[in-house]
Amino acid sequence: MQLIPCPWCGPREEAEFHYGGQAHVAYPGDPSALSDEEWARYVFFRENPSGPFAERWSHNAGCRRWFNAVRDTRTHDLLAVYRVGEPMPEVTA
Amino acid sequence: MTVSPLAAWRDRLAALAPVLDVAEVPFRSQLTVRVSDPDAIAAMGATLGVLFPSAACTFTSGTGRFGDVEVLWLGPDEFLVTASPGLRVTIEEVLRGALGTVRGSVVDTSAQRTTVVLQGAQGREVLAHGCSVDLHPAAAPVGTCVQTLLARTGIVLQVTGEDTLTVLVRSSFAEYFAAWLADACTEYLAVP
Repeated sequence: MQLIPCPWCGPREEAEFHYGGQAHVAYPGDPSALSDEEWARYVFFRENPSGPFAERWSHNAGCRRWFNAVRDTRTHDLLAVYRVGEPMPEVTA
Repeated sequence: MTVSPLAAWRDRLAALAPVLDVAEVPFRSQLTVRVSDPDAIAAMGATLGVLFPSAACTFTSGTGRFGDVEVLWLGPDEFLVTASPGLRVTIEEVLRGALGTVRGSVVDTSAQRTTVVLQGAQGREVLAHGCSVDLHPAAAPVGTCVQTLLARTGIVLQVTGEDTLTVLVRSSFAEYFAAWLADACTEYLAVP
């Protein structure tokens, strides 16, 4: 089974984690000003890159903390993990 | 009369003695503490007489006014304080006092988990049947405390001695854990 390196607990089995979708999707600054189309874009539309993808993971069975990871969607390699609030590190795929 | 989660398993667990001494230590006082302020953490540690763990995946232990107390790291701002049975109300009040007006919480979670102590040279090997965390003494020295999955059930695992492991398992999963443990020990028992 693939090991995912939790930034707090170290490498753990993938089964301990929960996937949280794309990272760094900012909440709209002025929600009431959004049109339906813009809301739909915020709620439902996500990147689907072939290559490095920043996404959120939660270490459900461990420290139960959310963190961010950059995963290569072609190889499932985790290129970097970083804590919430930290900027996305530079990665080379 | 209060019945501990593994009361019905006492004899079956005792039968594993050639491999592991397995004993439930029920009704321990357990308090979940959520706090991130370093001063409040230090104040709480001073009150208990046990410094809170500063490193991830470790626990600290010591003896203070509440007897033997352990503080387990559960997350960057989350700790579990464990002590002898019957102290939960007193410790909760004292920790709340130490917390003061700082943002945080102290919650009595004593009923959430029961404690099982495994003693024996093969303890790490037996648990490795269902636990993916590296339990080699070099990777998990005494003082290690990890939350992980053991045979798909969530546990808190403490390495309390060279050959002593302490498992905190949810009360409702305790019998499942005991059944799994009995099964995992089978291959180490002498063939009759």
